[in-house]
Amino acid sequence: MNIGHASARSNGESIIRIRDLVFRRGRRTILDGINIDIHRGSIVAFMGPSGVGKTTILRLISGQLRPDSGTVEVNGHRVSAMSDRDLQRFRRNIGVLLQDGALFTDLTVFENIATPVREHTDLPEPLVRRLVMSKLAAVGLGGTEERMPHELSGGMARRVAFARAVVLDPDIMLYDEPMTGLDPIAVSTIRTLMRETNDTLGQTSIVVSHNVTQVRQFADYCYIIASARIAGEGPPETLAASSEPSVDQFMNGRVEGPIPFHYQPPGAPWGLLD
Amino acid sequence: MAAESTVMARLTGPVSEAGRCLLFLLRMLSGIRPRAGQVLSVLQQTYLIGARSLVIIMICGFFVGMVLSLQAINALEQFGASDQVSLLVGKSLFRELGPVLTALLFAGRAGTSITAEIGLMKATNQLEAMELMAIDPVQRVALPRFLAGVISVPLLTAMFSALAILGSVVFAIGVMGLDAGIFWSKLQNGVYFQKDFVGGVWKSLVFGGIVSLVAVYFGYSAKPTGAGVGTATTNTVVLSSVLILVFDFIMTSFLF
Repeated sequence: MNIGHASARSNGESIIRIRDLVFRRGRRTILDGINIDIHRGSIVAFMGPSGVGKTTILRLISGQLRPDSGTVEVNGHRVSAMSDRDLQRFRRNIGVLLQDGALFTDLTVFENIATPVREHTDLPEPLVRRLVMSKLAAVGLGGTEERMPHELSGGMARRVAFARAVVLDPDIMLYDEPMTGLDPIAVSTIRTLMRETNDTLGQTSIVVSHNVTQVRQFADYCYIIASARIAGEGPPETLAASSEPSVDQFMNGRVEGPIPFHYQPPGAPWGLLD
Repeated sequence: MAAESTVMARLTGPVSEAGRCLLFLLRMLSGIRPRAGQVLSVLQQTYLIGARSLVIIMICGFFVGMVLSLQAINALEQFGASDQVSLLVGKSLFRELGPVLTALLFAGRAGTSITAEIGLMKATNQLEAMELMAIDPVQRVALPRFLAGVISVPLLTAMFSALAILGSVVFAIGVMGLDAGIFWSKLQNGVYFQKDFVGGVWKSLVFGGIVSLVAVYFGYSAKPTGAGVGTATTNTVVLSSVLILVFDFIMTSFLF
């Protein structure tokens, strides 16, 4: 499974390396023997059915979770071995867009975007203002700086969260279901922003999604996760034509296939009668 | 065997929870820095949770003062000692009722809102977003609210006691016609600054710390669901009320 990839935009250098990763929750194995190489400058998508462990991979990369065995390396540094202080420093170089945006509800749009700038830099106030306003303009929301998050639509809130995530120009962007629940125009906007920011700033982006159509439009490379393992990997077009049963089932949305419908294996007790 | 382990879990559960709460307190306190941003944040929270509790505290204080005078005059009249009412009201207010009732009201008014706010921030991934921005949510969210609570409760207690004395004045002098000079002189001579007033201030500081710690801890450790936040809010009121009364007894034993 450890096949490196090179997209048209990536420069071939591996920025994230995951080796023999095993992660368990209680007795349930979420990820089992995962190997991943993500190249600098690319947009990589993790796809798979809901609850399969896609977000868990993001959390392992950001250091929120630690693997039971195996290693996660970012820029040559082992995330799983970092102290809390190293982790804080490491995260300053990562931008994260969570599924619902997670804007701070007690702060205005301006203060939301300014929070990481004030926290991690000593920029004077006029510069903070210019930086925030330029990011806000880049996501097309100039003029909303004094609004509170509850006054924004879902798509606008996601764009503000995007501006906040990229305000310090991080090297790596992590997106957790960035387009879920958005209308088609907002989806296109976020997709364009992701691509443009990634290419302009020379970022590496990792996107978790279960939307096959959307992923085919922006990702350079895909990993499909099923049954705790990587069921398939490659450029989206290649995966769409894959004959591997799990990949074929997921990409074409079939009910029948190796990815089970039932949570428990067939024959397991129902719990009501035993 | 299963029953034994359940009993053990019930016994050790609260102890380990208390340990986690104490570690949480240490984690918060380790983040105290004399930085302008932090001071501003504490002042903002003092306004939001302290100043906004002022009206309810003042109304309650006024009526507690009136009812205290009413009961005291009824009881003291039987011994012809109704002119001692201000002494009784003053002592009981500064030593007990002021700190305890203010802290209980604060737990209901501000403690619940702190827990619900932090719990909702957790449920909507705002705390996770902070962590991912390399901002410690304990120091950014919990610490200012905790410090604001510690600052607010003694100040609110002072307002409560002042309004209770006013209520007592209105009832005892205005309604019952007691002599104002005797009322004030008994209060001045019988209530001691060091013993009665400062003792009450110590209590209110401790109560402020207890309510605020319980509120921020339960908010931070709430399950990130609607039901989880609801349970955490209820637990804040119940536990902080019990702890206030327990610590009131302990502190009274040592202070007075």
